[in-house]
Amino acid sequence: MSLLISAATTGFFLAMLVLGVYVTFRLFDFCDLTTDGSFALGAAVTAILLTADVHPVWATLAGAAAGAAAGALTGLLHTRMGIHGLLAGILVMTALYSVNLHIMGKSNVPLLSTPTLITLSEEFAARRLGVPENVMLLGWTVALRDVAALALGAGVVAVALLLAFVFFRTDLGTAMRATGDNPVMVRALGADTRNMLLAGVAIANGLVALSGALLAQYQGFADVQMGLGMLVWGLASVIIGEALVRTRRLGLVLVGVVMGSILFRLLVAIALRWGLEPNDLKLITAVFVLGALFLPGLLERLTRRKGAAGHA
Amino acid sequence: MLKATGLTKTFNGGTPNEVRALDGVNLGFDDGAFVVVVGTNGSGKSTLLGALAGEFPLDGGRIELDGIDITGWPVYRRARWIGRVFQNPFAGTAPGMTIAENLTLAARRDRRFGLARALSRRRRETLVQKVQSLNMGLEGRLDHEIGNLSGGQRQALTLLMATWVKPRLLLLDEHTAALDPKTAAVVIRLTREIVGRDRLTTLMVTHSMQQAANLGDRLIMMHRGRIIHDVREEDKRRLRAEDLLERFEDLRRTEALDASAADLLRNHYV
Repeated sequence: MSLLISAATTGFFLAMLVLGVYVTFRLFDFCDLTTDGSFALGAAVTAILLTADVHPVWATLAGAAAGAAAGALTGLLHTRMGIHGLLAGILVMTALYSVNLHIMGKSNVPLLSTPTLITLSEEFAARRLGVPENVMLLGWTVALRDVAALALGAGVVAVALLLAFVFFRTDLGTAMRATGDNPVMVRALGADTRNMLLAGVAIANGLVALSGALLAQYQGFADVQMGLGMLVWGLASVIIGEALVRTRRLGLVLVGVVMGSILFRLLVAIALRWGLEPNDLKLITAVFVLGALFLPGLLERLTRRKGAAGHA
Repeated sequence: MLKATGLTKTFNGGTPNEVRALDGVNLGFDDGAFVVVVGTNGSGKSTLLGALAGEFPLDGGRIELDGIDITGWPVYRRARWIGRVFQNPFAGTAPGMTIAENLTLAARRDRRFGLARALSRRRRETLVQKVQSLNMGLEGRLDHEIGNLSGGQRQALTLLMATWVKPRLLLLDEHTAALDPKTAAVVIRLTREIVGRDRLTTLMVTHSMQQAANLGDRLIMMHRGRIIHDVREEDKRRLRAEDLLERFEDLRRTEALDASAADLLRNHYV
């Protein structure tokens, strides 16, 4: 049970990352490698502010803002300086590694003795709601801390989903979605697609950094390496989420993407429990994404060839 | 009012593939004019349209729209004043989004995109009316992805989008060339209706001599980056498709003459 809860909680916190990857990769068709850097950046900024006794809410928001700034930088490199999109992301990601080390002053900042959003929600539950130390959940005894973290994750995801849903149905949000679909049309309708992309990449990296900030507080430390492979992790979750809902309708896809995040995290937790070597995790994730991107096209080609053979 | 003076554009300058696409084009027309542009392949007619839309920087010349110099404006900025329908029927709409979502983006072409709801109830009502006016039965499919529609349907919707906010200039770039004859006729009928109803200032490039003869109140023929014929008013009304074909035939003969004359000279003197 605690395995399930911790996987679901991590899945919720990582859902912000997955939303961000969905925005760049699917809505803008832009493969944004900044992700790996901004995830750790969000964690680093938040961690260092928390150890300086800044309120966890402000520390978390500052982490997200830092990520958005990093995303805007990638957007600037790409749209204003004409750097290839992949390279722009790689440059910012690489630079961020040093920046993150400077921010933290060392490669790892523990957060065990500072208040975090997790401890705040735990206190809130205990004091205001009078929840006891151990909670009965579906017949299992669960520590309050775990339930509080799960509720926090669910709450953050709900707010983010709602905001994303409302935003992407405004004039600006609709124009942003159209930019990924047909930039020529968007320019012919009077919008600067460069600014659309820039804003999109900034928003996405804000979400990614928020995810890093939340995860650092949940696991009790920020690490300069924690962003490694997060883009591929996000892609895997997006692909699972899309397979779950099988539609392009915005609301459903957003929910699907969050479900994908949780499901993927659960699958990984179960696989690790069954004895999967943790060192192989990134290899397997990469192979999974490769398969998910390659197989649908391959299947289509095979069936078409069969159909053509049938005609001949 | 559009006023273009001395437009020049050379592609691949300084290489063996150098093309003088625009060679000092002067063109002016009043509000409400419907100008049809014809020309052989490579005559510069599409380049002229691209220059007005702002697709590339000019080598020289100046473009004024309603007295304002827009020569240096990028595509998206001109688009607030200039509506456009492309030759490719899939270029003007976003395939992964619904009909309603595509159309609603056109409702504020003249302003910045803001944080108002894209498909408010009022916007939807206007949208249904607009789509009904096409008589294509699409008003019942507003929430379907536009990518599932035919080229003709998408082109009709693009025309609707380009003219929703009344443009100061409407650019039509061979917008029926990729359609089958029947669908092309429908789109031409719509073009005539919309341009006539809103008295839109229009520049239409076409390959079809029939369209060139039947549409518009002025005709421009281009050749090698220059305007070689400019037919107006009474002469335009009397112009028939056969006359146009004759003029193209003349052009071809002169060209052939030039080439054979050059050969003759070379044989005699070199």
